[in-house]
Amino acid sequence: MSPVFQVERLRKSFGGLAVTQDVSIAMEPGDRVALIGPNGAGKTTFVNLVVGHLAPDSGKVMLAGSDVTGLDPVRRVRQGLVRSFQVTRLFSDMTPQEHVALAILQRTGRSGRVLGHFQAMPEVMDETRTLFETLGLVAVATRKVAEIAYGQQRLLEIAIALALKPKVLLLDEPAAGVPQSDTPRIEAALAGLPPDLAVLMIEHDMDLVFRFAKRVIVLAAGAVIFDGSPQDVTKNARVREVYLGNYANDRSAA
Amino acid sequence: MTAASDTQSAVQPAYRRRDLTGIAVILGIAAIGYFLFPNNLALLTRILAIALLVLSLDLVTGFCGVATLGHAALFGAGAYAAGMAAAHWGITDPIAMVVVGAIGGAAAGLLSGVIILRGHGLSQLVLSIAVIHLFHEAANKASAYTGGSDGLAGISPDPLFGLFAFDLWGRTAYGFGVALLVIVFVLLRILVRSPFGMLCRGIREDPVRVGAMGGSVRGTLVKMYVISGAVAGVGGALNAISTQVVGLDSLSFTTSAEALVMLVLGGTGSLYGALLGTAVFMWFEDVVSAANPFHWLTMVGALLIAVVLFAPRGLFGTAALLLDRLKERRR
Amino acid sequence: MQTIFSVAVDALAYGMVLFVISIGLSVTMGLMRVVNLAHGAFAMIGGYIASYAASDLGLGYGVAMLIAVIGTIVIAVPIERLLYRRIYGAPELTQVLMTIGITFCVIGIANYVFGPTLKTIPLPDTLRGPVDLGFRSIAAHRLFAIACGAVVAVALWFLLERTPFGVKVRATVDNAAMAASLGVRTRIIYAVSFAVAVGLAAFGGIVGAELLPIEPYYALRYMVTFLVVVSVGGAGSIPGALLACLVLGGIDTTGRYLVPEYGEFFFYLAVIAIVWIFPHGLLGRAK
Repeated sequence: MSPVFQVERLRKSFGGLAVTQDVSIAMEPGDRVALIGPNGAGKTTFVNLVVGHLAPDSGKVMLAGSDVTGLDPVRRVRQGLVRSFQVTRLFSDMTPQEHVALAILQRTGRSGRVLGHFQAMPEVMDETRTLFETLGLVAVATRKVAEIAYGQQRLLEIAIALALKPKVLLLDEPAAGVPQSDTPRIEAALAGLPPDLAVLMIEHDMDLVFRFAKRVIVLAAGAVIFDGSPQDVTKNARVREVYLGNYANDRSAA
Repeated sequence: MTAASDTQSAVQPAYRRRDLTGIAVILGIAAIGYFLFPNNLALLTRILAIALLVLSLDLVTGFCGVATLGHAALFGAGAYAAGMAAAHWGITDPIAMVVVGAIGGAAAGLLSGVIILRGHGLSQLVLSIAVIHLFHEAANKASAYTGGSDGLAGISPDPLFGLFAFDLWGRTAYGFGVALLVIVFVLLRILVRSPFGMLCRGIREDPVRVGAMGGSVRGTLVKMYVISGAVAGVGGALNAISTQVVGLDSLSFTTSAEALVMLVLGGTGSLYGALLGTAVFMWFEDVVSAANPFHWLTMVGALLIAVVLFAPRGLFGTAALLLDRLKERRR
Repeated sequence: MQTIFSVAVDALAYGMVLFVISIGLSVTMGLMRVVNLAHGAFAMIGGYIASYAASDLGLGYGVAMLIAVIGTIVIAVPIERLLYRRIYGAPELTQVLMTIGITFCVIGIANYVFGPTLKTIPLPDTLRGPVDLGFRSIAAHRLFAIACGAVVAVALWFLLERTPFGVKVRATVDNAAMAASLGVRTRIIYAVSFAVAVGLAAFGGIVGAELLPIEPYYALRYMVTFLVVVSVGGAGSIPGALLACLVLGGIDTTGRYLVPEYGEFFFYLAVIAIVWIFPHGLLGRAK
């Protein structure tokens, strides 16, 4: 199978500091990849390069065989490269139903319509309902987002991303800030993601990484130092050095 | 519509009913105004025209979150377009004049939207102020077409539908204005509920989120500016038709700022708030400037400070909040 | 050659006056993040008080200026405590409304108290005549305005870069919460900076009265001019503000000289062009 998502020798420096050094990653449809790395490894910069908020100094981002490096973030989304946010970004005054409907309308090119109401569009309502049933959001579908629990807001982030029918989904710490009791629901939602979707998850929580990912990539000081199976990652000497060394430094600094 | 769900059948009639109530209330107040102030229909018609300006401002400020102090540019462009069509090009049919006004306003909306949306925050505000001054100066200097500081005269609209002449008492103009306002109001209710309206609300709350959904923020806002321009242009045309003169004040910074005051007084992000704010403000202006013209500006300033301090949601927003609380308590 | 020279001197003088008035706005906007549309109103108040003290009370220029600066600060401090403090950190629209409300009030009151006519501040004899520079002679007042601008720029630079107060101001501009947790009393920093800003505005209003005549609509007429200085120069940046003022002064003066009929049109067009080209400010840090 040919890769649906590919990053080739991506480089970015700020001033003299190389924050992303020759990062190359390839993913196929259905891949479940976790990107991990200690603080300051350059994960955020990498995400910004991939979604298009930053332009790389050199290198390419490829989506389904076409080069999207020169496209702005909005065009990349339209081509099927969708992200979720580490800190929830939702419209606090609107309902989950409106969020997902807006995403569906956007995907189907109808978000600019000045007539009609989405609740009168049966296929939009059906798709919304199906998504909410899968993710367990039916009960809060018509409440204002500001009034629903944070765990539910995180699920809504996933619902919006799925409503865009992406080819590649970038999940930025999907369980960040969610109370322990709610994490199983997030994990269930992740387990239920469409099988042909390529998912790249950026995550700190190693439990979640081991349960979700079929492949782990470790980023340290802006470079990929490991790309392999979850079973091998803990045995890798460099990974141990980066993590434990870092950990030891943290302890001595504290 | 066979797949109508429970929510659908419950929600749709609810907003339809609310809209019908709204139209009934507007028509009722318009009728009361007509019978209470038969000698002051000119003022009432001006309120209608300005209400269209404030509704138009609400579209970009209330629904999209763009702060602008230059919105009278759209209103004035509509007024001058309609006025010049009548005075210079012989388009004197009132409905045609309104159409010309709407087109003029939409063109001004496109131009000022493209300029203003280039900036963010402070620079956006600066651009909006510069735009209104630029329009004002342009109209002032192009006096061959606009009459400059003397105003554009020689506008004599035909009778409406060939039947109702624009009489001295302003009855026709008032009726025409009420009809225009109701039509625009209905169209805007549809607009703000549409997918496009929802997208705009999304942009107001978080443009980055809309971008991550694949929505084009700038394109959407420019489109809204054009629609907003058409609405303001209709207001400008109504003003040109009813007063039969267009002055530079219709393109002034003060008019822009006052429109913003009216909107905030009524409450942003709600069409009813825009209407309420205009009516209250214009009535207040009429009373105060009759009593003491010197202190008019001071009073506006004080009113503005008071709204910011004590009713930041505006009259309509505050009333709606109180009603909600009352309902909750009853439950 | 003579005309080019005199236009250049006028442009420089105008730019310096703009600088003296707007630098306070720039610093307070960088510091408190308040879009303050009423800044020009304080310059106008300064001009009115000085005009009253000099022409109606017959006081000397220097004394009138001192009274006006202090008087404006005395008027402004309660406004800061009662009104501005409530809008620190508020949404932009709220700040715009509050400060435009203040502007309208000031205009209305000025119109009522002083009437709609232009007010002049009689210059002392030393500033009235021309000054012979050897190869050219220029109006003494222009030279005075330029000197005032230079002195204010240097003094402010010294205050912000070389004094403990300046360190605290800069720390607060960078990160108010962090500065507060380090023991900087930000409220006092705000109040003092506001007073200094208003005092400078009043000073600029008086010095510039020959170029920007004092009348009730002063506060609205020059609002965009002062704001564009901050927007283009970058909030809180002295070099940025200075550069922006010189550019704007140059454009405005040249425009008035070359196309007197379309002077204002030209100016607003230039403002739009500058902000269009530099939406993030000339020195690229306005936000």
